[in-house]
Amino acid sequence: MASLSPNALLLSAFEQLGAVGWLFFKTLKNLFRRPREHQILLQQLEEIGVRSMPVVSLTAAFGGLVFGFQTYTGFHRYIGPGSEAFAGPIITLGLAKELIPILVGLMISGRVGSSMAAEIGTMKITEQIDALHSLGANPIRYLVVPRTLAAFFMLPCLVLYGDIIGILCGYFYNVVLMGVNRVMYVQNTLMYLEIWDVATGLIKSCVFGVVIAIVGCWQGMETEGGAEGVGRATTRTVVISSISILILNFFISKLLPSTLKGG
Amino acid sequence: MIRIIDLHKSFGPKEVLRGVSLTIEKGETMVVIGQSGSGKSVLIKHLIGLLKPDSGEIYIDDVEITRLDDDELMRVTRKFGLLFQGAALFDSMTVAENVRFGLERYTRSSEEETRKRVAESLALVGLNDADCLMPFELSGGMKKRVGLARAIAYRPEIMLYDEPSTGIDPIRADAINDLINKLKIDLGITSVVITHDMVSSYKIADRIAMLYNGEIIEVGTPEETRNSRSPFIQQFIHGQADGPIKDW
Repeated sequence: MASLSPNALLLSAFEQLGAVGWLFFKTLKNLFRRPREHQILLQQLEEIGVRSMPVVSLTAAFGGLVFGFQTYTGFHRYIGPGSEAFAGPIITLGLAKELIPILVGLMISGRVGSSMAAEIGTMKITEQIDALHSLGANPIRYLVVPRTLAAFFMLPCLVLYGDIIGILCGYFYNVVLMGVNRVMYVQNTLMYLEIWDVATGLIKSCVFGVVIAIVGCWQGMETEGGAEGVGRATTRTVVISSISILILNFFISKLLPSTLKGG
Repeated sequence: MIRIIDLHKSFGPKEVLRGVSLTIEKGETMVVIGQSGSGKSVLIKHLIGLLKPDSGEIYIDDVEITRLDDDELMRVTRKFGLLFQGAALFDSMTVAENVRFGLERYTRSSEEETRKRVAESLALVGLNDADCLMPFELSGGMKKRVGLARAIAYRPEIMLYDEPSTGIDPIRADAINDLINKLKIDLGITSVVITHDMVSSYKIADRIAMLYNGEIIEVGTPEETRNSRSPFIQQFIHGQADGPIKDW
């Protein structure tokens, strides 16, 4: 890899982009075809959704606390004592639109994306994917479609759950620990917050879910070379999906309107 | 009937198959011999559509399969059972779940029939009481036998065996050879066996084809192979390091 020329590197990047794009296309093509693998879908919904709740709880709680702390400090230091109640909408907006979707996306890419790559990669090198094919199961329909669907549906659920925890922790830090006026904090938050702000985060998370699943499955299916290859695939999955999440987050934020209220 | 015509396949700069042509008649057991890494497994994977050739054609009962899409190919692969070299059991499933996997997808049997067929298939390979075990609890030979039970459970018309006797003791290997012969006689199954075990080859083959340097260099009955004048075949069947085959 180190000896590759810039041209070869560019070519390889396009090849890989083509491969992941082709997998995404085949996944879409197989989305509504029968037989549907309901059992695998249910397992994946549990794996991605239910089993990720502890890690999302912790991430969202500490994300909310630290964001609450810094926002409180900012208002207190630069605007003055008493202005901290205006931190409410900023904390809520920041968490729901940006911080929680990104944190959840990154955590899930580490927890779920890597495990998809490892599982499918192990299946690849032990010929289990070939066995699926020989036994009448289309590997895309059996492995990729259920994982992609489950991630698409579960990421928004986890983000919504993370929003609630993060916002409550931001409230806890400001109102309970720092004594900010509770009524003003809540009133300000409700005055400035729109449902669209939460929806923005949920839309992003659907995209992140698809990215995590497709990258994990793609890397798994491309695995070669035994245990070392599986290790490489899991690492690449986390790196590629994390970077994709951060880049896509910016572009989705720019593309989506910041408010749905006219004027 | 299987017809392979001028099959070429390369992986990067490495040319593995260089114009393989071979015809396998219905009900026949064709054994393909050759060194490790000579492309035997690559050949077998083309037959079931796991690999697409760079050029060449493969006809399965007069259907050319190399240009079929995934769903059309799936209808053709229904005819095949494949015993993998490493068994390729699904490690998250029990033995019984492994065996019923293809059965559920390829047939419309009732639950009762499925259960009966799983038991029958496991009994055929001598694993009557293994249905609840997980693959990690099995020895290498047992895994191979479960792989065989899984492949024959839905009664394919064509069986592909990738190194059926590798990794198991000679007695079990002979039992598998008997089973291959039994499946041929009882069910009229066409078989393609990839191996470098000459004892097994002579026992099960109707014809033996030798793959060398990406090409089939000779096809003949076991007797013809034994008496072949080809120095390549003589070196291979006698397992000699000295001879025209140098790239070992």
